[in-house]
Amino acid sequence: MDKKVGEFNIVIVGTGGQGLITLLQIINRAALDEGYDIRTSELHGLSQRGGSVEVHIRFGQKIYSPLVQYGKADFILGLEAQECLKAISFAGPKTVFLINKLFIPIPEKNIIPEEEITQKIKKVSDKIHIVEAADICKKELGNDVTSGIYLLSLAAQKGFIPLSSDSILEAIKKTVAPQYLDINVKTFELSQKYEK
Amino acid sequence: MEEVLSKEIGKKVILMGNEAIVRGALESGVQFVATYPGTPASEIGNIFYRITKDGLKIPYFEFSVNEKVALEAVVGASFSGLKSLAAMKNFGLNVCSDALLPFCYTGTKGPTVIIVADDPNCWSSGQSEENSRPFAFLAHIPILEPSDPQECKDFVKLGFEISEKFNSPVIVRTTTRVAHQKAPVVISELASPAGKGEFVKDVRRFVTMPPRVLEMKGELLERVKKIKEFAEKSNINIKEGPKNAKIGIITSSVSYLHTKESLKDLSLDLPILKLGFFYPLPENIIKDFIKKFEKVLIVEELEPFLEKEVERLAKTVNPKLQVFGKNLLPEIGEMRPEFVSQALSKITGKKYQMPKIFTDFPRRFPQFCVGCPYRLILGAIKKAVNEKEVIFGGDIGCYMLSGLPPFFLQDYLSCMGSSIGIAHGIKKATSQKLITFIGDSTFFHAGIPALINTVFNKSNPLIIIMNNQTTAMTGHQPHPAASEGEEVVKIEEVVKACGVKNVKTIDPVNSQEFEETVKEFLSKDEVSVIIARHPCVFLLKKK
Repeated sequence: MDKKVGEFNIVIVGTGGQGLITLLQIINRAALDEGYDIRTSELHGLSQRGGSVEVHIRFGQKIYSPLVQYGKADFILGLEAQECLKAISFAGPKTVFLINKLFIPIPEKNIIPEEEITQKIKKVSDKIHIVEAADICKKELGNDVTSGIYLLSLAAQKGFIPLSSDSILEAIKKTVAPQYLDINVKTFELSQKYEK
Repeated sequence: MEEVLSKEIGKKVILMGNEAIVRGALESGVQFVATYPGTPASEIGNIFYRITKDGLKIPYFEFSVNEKVALEAVVGASFSGLKSLAAMKNFGLNVCSDALLPFCYTGTKGPTVIIVADDPNCWSSGQSEENSRPFAFLAHIPILEPSDPQECKDFVKLGFEISEKFNSPVIVRTTTRVAHQKAPVVISELASPAGKGEFVKDVRRFVTMPPRVLEMKGELLERVKKIKEFAEKSNINIKEGPKNAKIGIITSSVSYLHTKESLKDLSLDLPILKLGFFYPLPENIIKDFIKKFEKVLIVEELEPFLEKEVERLAKTVNPKLQVFGKNLLPEIGEMRPEFVSQALSKITGKKYQMPKIFTDFPRRFPQFCVGCPYRLILGAIKKAVNEKEVIFGGDIGCYMLSGLPPFFLQDYLSCMGSSIGIAHGIKKATSQKLITFIGDSTFFHAGIPALINTVFNKSNPLIIIMNNQTTAMTGHQPHPAASEGEEVVKIEEVVKACGVKNVKTIDPVNSQEFEETVKEFLSKDEVSVIIARHPCVFLLKKK
C-alpha cells in the first residue's frame, strides 16, 4: 500500500555548535508528520564545547531503544569528515554515508586526509557520498553554518532517507526560529538546485 | 510557542524526557519549583525559567544557589501546602541529602516530587558514575523509574498523586538516555492552580526533635508499608509476554527499551516484568513472576541493586532459580541493546554475534569556545608561574577543560566547591605552592564555607574565581552575581566579608596586571583571591 519503512536508523556526527540538535528536531518533525513512531537520543553539557557530538534518530512502525545499534545504521550523516570515523561502528554493508567535505582541525593532531577516511569506511560500506556542502553554503550564502540543512535536504532528495523533501521543508519551517528561517529555507532550495 | 505548553489536547507532540517532566508537573498543577542546574537535568530548570519569565504566573520558579537550598525551599513550600517540585542531577541529591532525610520523617503537606537524573557512562559528569537508587534505602523515599518521555510525564503525575495520598516526597529518577530521549507524548490538559500557600503551625508534624523524631520514624516506616501495598497494585509494574516460559527478564528504566529491542532482534518471546517502582519494591509481584522460572535475567544499569533484591526473594519462592545479571552485563557504563542480546544469547543458547566495534579514530576533546575569557586567564598563569612548581586545583564548570590540551593545568578534580577545601588540606599538609580555579556559580554553590575555612584555619592558597557572569557549562543560567545583568550579591564583597585581605578583581584582558598579581599573591602568607571578571562569550553573542 504505502512506501512506509519498518524501521530507519540515523546517526549524525559532527562537532559541538554545528547544529546537530536542530537537524534532529527537523527529522523528528518530518517523521512524525509522515506518521512514524520516533525515538532519539542526544547528549548535552560539556559535549557541546566543540567536542565530538553524536545523535541517534530512529523512526518506523514501532521503535523501542533510543540508541542505534552497532552495525545497524541505515544512514550516517557526517557534518565533519573526520568525525565519520567515529561512526563506522554503527555502519554495515548497506549503510549510506553522506559526508560534508569539511575538516575541522583536532588540536595537536594532523588532519586525516579524505582518502584515508574513505578507505576506512569502505571496509564496511562503499556507499559514500562526499559533498562540498560547507563550501557551497559559504560561497552562495556567505556562511557555512547551515551546511547540515544542505546535506539533509540532499539526503531527502536523493532518497537516502525515506522522508520526502516536502516534509523536510515543512519541518524546517515549523522548527527553525523565525529570525533564522530565511537562510535555512534558502539553503534547502540551494541544495535542490545544485545537486539535480 | 513552547511545545511543553502545547494546547493540542489528546495529540502527540515530540518531547524530550526533561520537557515531558515539566509538562507532567504543569498538568499536575505544580505551584513551586526550585532547582540548581546540572546535566542531564538542566533543561527542567531552563524551561521553567523561560515559561515563567514569559508570563506563566504559576508555578513560582527559582534557580537556587545549590541543591540543598533548592530542596529546603521546596520543603518550606510543601509545609505551606503547595504542590512542589525540585530537580537536580545525581550529585545534587548528595548535596541535599541532609535535608532529604528529615523531610521523609516529617513527610509532605503539599505533594512533592524530586527529579534526580543519573548519568551512566559519565557523558556530562566528572566526579563519579553515581547510581542514586540506594538513597531510597537510606531515606525511605519512593523511587519511580520512567523509561521514556511519555512515562516521564505520567510518572511525575503519579508521583504527585502518591505524595498527596501518603504524605511522602517521591523521587522520579531518570538517566541521560531517558532525560535526553525524544519521543511522541500524548498531551493532556494543563491544570490551573492557585499561587498562595499558608503555613499552619503544627509542631508535632514539622519539628524533628527527639524523642518525637523516633515516633516519626515509626510513622515513616508505616507509610512505606502502605506505599508498598500501593506499589503491588500499581499499573506501572507491567508483566508482558508468554505464560509458562522457563526464562524471564526483570528490568526497568531505559534498560526495558533496550531489552525489547534485543528480543525483537533475536526473535525471542520471553516474559518481561518491567518495574516502574524501584522502591518500595513490589515484592509479591516479583515473587509471583519468578516462581516458576528456571532462569531470570535482571537487566539494570550500573550496580546490581535490583538483582540483589531478586536473589533475596528467590530464596523463599524458588531457591533453585538461576539469577543472571552482572555476571553477564556491565556494571560500568550505560546499557545497550547489544549487551542484552549477548547476555540472552548465553542464557537461551540463541546465536548472537557482537558487532565489530571500530575504535581507530582520534579523540576530539571539548575546547574552550573561541573568545572564552578562560583562555586569557590560563594563558596568563602559564606565563606568570613555573607550572612544575605549582599545584593546580580544579572544580566543576567549563574550566575543567583546563586539564585538557593545550593547557594541562589541573592536578586534582572532585566535587562542587571542593577545589578550595582540598587546597586548604594540601597547603596544611605540604609547603608547595597552589592555585585553585573555581567558577562564579560554583563559588556560591559550595565554595564560600571552604573559603572561610582557609581564613579561619590559616592557609594560603591562591584562589582564582573565574567570574564569567553566568552558569556557563549547564546552559547559562543566572546566579547571585549575574541575574539578568544585575549583580545582586557582589563576589568581591563576599570574599572581603569572609576575612580575605588579598583580593583583587581583574579583567583578564589586562594580562600584564593579571600576571603580576598572580606572582604577587602566590608569595603571600595568607589566602588570596583574584576575581577574574569577564563575560562568557555566549553572553556577548546573545546581546
